[in-house]
Amino acid sequence: MKLKEHRLKLQAAPLLKQSMTTGQTMRDVLLALLPATLAGLWYFGLGALLVLIASIAGAMLTEWLFSPAESRMQRLSDNTALLTGLLLGLTLPPALPLWMAFIGGAASIGLGKLIWGGMGQNLFNPALVGRAFLLATFPIAMTTWSPQSGPTEFFQIYASNLAAPFMQSVYDGISAATPLGLMKFEQQSTGLWALVSGNTSGCIGETSGLLLLLGGLYLLLRRDLDWRIPAGILGTVALFSTTLYIVDSTHYPGPLFSVFSGGLLLGAIFMATDPVTSPLTPRGTWIFAVGIGVLVVLIRAYGGFPEGVMYAILLMNAATPLIDRYTQPRVFGKGIKNP
Amino acid sequence: MAKRKEDLQQEFIKGLWRDNPVFVQVLGMCPMLAVTNSAVNALAMGAATFFVLVGSSFLVSSLRRWIPKQVRISTYIIIIATFVTVTDFTLEALVPKIHKELGAFIPLIVVNCMILGRQEAFASRNSVRMAVMDALGMAAGFLFALLSLGAVREILGEGKLFGVSLFGPNFEPWVIMILPPGGFLTLGLILLFFSWIKQRKQRLEQRLAQLESEAR
Amino acid sequence: MSSSQNINVGKRDLGSAKLVTTLSFAGLLSGLIIVLAYESTLPTITAHKAMVMKEAVFKVLPGVNRMQRLVYRNGMLAASEQVRKDDEVIFSGYDASGRLVGYAIAGAGPGFQDTIRLLYGYIPETREITGMEILESRETPGLGDKIYKDPAFVANFDSLSIDPEIRAVKKGKRSAANEIDAITGATISSKAVVRIINEANRLWLLRIEQAVKPEGKG
Repeated sequence: MKLKEHRLKLQAAPLLKQSMTTGQTMRDVLLALLPATLAGLWYFGLGALLVLIASIAGAMLTEWLFSPAESRMQRLSDNTALLTGLLLGLTLPPALPLWMAFIGGAASIGLGKLIWGGMGQNLFNPALVGRAFLLATFPIAMTTWSPQSGPTEFFQIYASNLAAPFMQSVYDGISAATPLGLMKFEQQSTGLWALVSGNTSGCIGETSGLLLLLGGLYLLLRRDLDWRIPAGILGTVALFSTTLYIVDSTHYPGPLFSVFSGGLLLGAIFMATDPVTSPLTPRGTWIFAVGIGVLVVLIRAYGGFPEGVMYAILLMNAATPLIDRYTQPRVFGKGIKNP
Repeated sequence: MAKRKEDLQQEFIKGLWRDNPVFVQVLGMCPMLAVTNSAVNALAMGAATFFVLVGSSFLVSSLRRWIPKQVRISTYIIIIATFVTVTDFTLEALVPKIHKELGAFIPLIVVNCMILGRQEAFASRNSVRMAVMDALGMAAGFLFALLSLGAVREILGEGKLFGVSLFGPNFEPWVIMILPPGGFLTLGLILLFFSWIKQRKQRLEQRLAQLESEAR
Repeated sequence: MSSSQNINVGKRDLGSAKLVTTLSFAGLLSGLIIVLAYESTLPTITAHKAMVMKEAVFKVLPGVNRMQRLVYRNGMLAASEQVRKDDEVIFSGYDASGRLVGYAIAGAGPGFQDTIRLLYGYIPETREITGMEILESRETPGLGDKIYKDPAFVANFDSLSIDPEIRAVKKGKRSAANEIDAITGATISSKAVVRIINEANRLWLLRIEQAVKPEGKG
């Protein structure tokens, strides 16, 4: 099979050649995720690292297994499976049994990407598909959070990490509530500095707001990111939660808490911006982002779960083809009524 | 006579495999997805459908000369509905627990398109023996499909098969498998598996033919 | 298509009389068979339903070995064998010596996925609930279905005070006689059970009080 094909270009001019490739972009994103990942390991130790490795292994192995034999290495080398596995791993609780993380990685690639026809064809963000699958399959393990600790206990692995495949996990007995859980079920707010620095319990990668923002800034400078999406999501969440906060400040958190807690920053910067599953047109992008922001606040305030970023993004992913369809730019010279 | 017997066998086997109502024709999806959360439920549903399909095919085929074309569909529905209602009462009296689990899906056998489809496509234009053989094959195929789905979902979803624990008390159940999405996922994966086998078989046959022609 | 046309060839000008006859004959026959099946299975079905109810009543009211169906009509509770469709029914339970122990009250309300129907035992003397049994529910397997699969949760309803109102609290935080431990991860289902019982209490407690008083005087 020839890998290079002559293609007929159908776009309008200008046709600029860019040196940017998928693999390059993926490397940028991986680099941008690095600080937040390291922070997650700092707080949750070796167990968290094992969870990340298991989920990446699940993703890459599935990609390798279900690719045609001749293009296996090429498909793996563009780093998309690696990135999906890492993103999924960052949204998992650090004490999750490793076999579940592995299955999650496999589900991400299998159900989130390959079934749709491979890269660029999927409707939903693969990492979030994997997470939704895990949450529906193992609801208890996926909502058991362990408290964060410092680097002194780095080499302690959670007992539940090492549960035998298909068997229940034994938890260490200490479980913690996430800031959002505390807010929803006990109306307790968490200090802003703890949220910004990531010194809270939660998923591996969603704890440190500052480092996630740093990664986002890097992607912005490298032009790998459509700034409208994070800006739209965060702006909407801040605005909407301020409104709720003014109405009832005991039950609803303020805007800063809303933005920095849970997986919002991770989702807004790294998942909603997936170019495959977000709209193409600028106007559509704004609709997409505002939709996610509104859904996040709605689910957090009125839903059964304390966190709603995952479902918000998945729902707006589903709406993306429709948004694209209705926000097509006007073809020059058409559709305007002459005065 | 020998040929007749072979025909009858063919009618039976095609429903089991080549024209399997679920895996090939993708009919009767409503009960397929709704009640296969355990092997026992799947078995009960399959047995109920079996009875209804074989009974209606027999009646429709025997009465086919007296049913005017204009009202055939309504007559078929009356026949099917009668069998379904009888099944409904019988199950409620004999196995009330399973009847409760299956709930509304027993009456809904009436609208299982596979059953009406067999009457219109086969029973109404074939001899009673052929029609019954066809119904037996199709019903067995449907039962087989329900059972395989139910077994997969129960094994993963509860770690049991027919209520017998397989992996001991520490098994971590895959909750999604008992919920509706599990039905869709399992059915999709089974369909995938079947078409993979089919593709492999075709490729193998092609390769064989090629080799044969080369040998000549 | 061709063969079915062959069958009816030559009968093309069927009068509608023939069609009507065929259909009504089929309908008649079908009706006959259904009535037959209904009549022959009805005794078994009703007997089973009664048995299930009886078992549930005996379970939620410990120490009871005889029960009586009571129907609320015109502001009165009266024993009745015949139950009409819209009747509000509760059960009274008696011990071996024939003394009234308590009542089994049925309640229903929205759960996480579908309506939950349950039965609970109530003793007017001590104003306590003695047990709770879920009759019907479609809660999430593995989480919400713990409202009947988790013995620890069901045990919450053993001698549970109803005053001023039952409350679900976070697991392990149970401190008062009117509190139950909610199921971790299934707060909505737990709270639904509590709400159903509280609502049924609001409906029935006054009625029961009125029914018990005259008996006490006489």
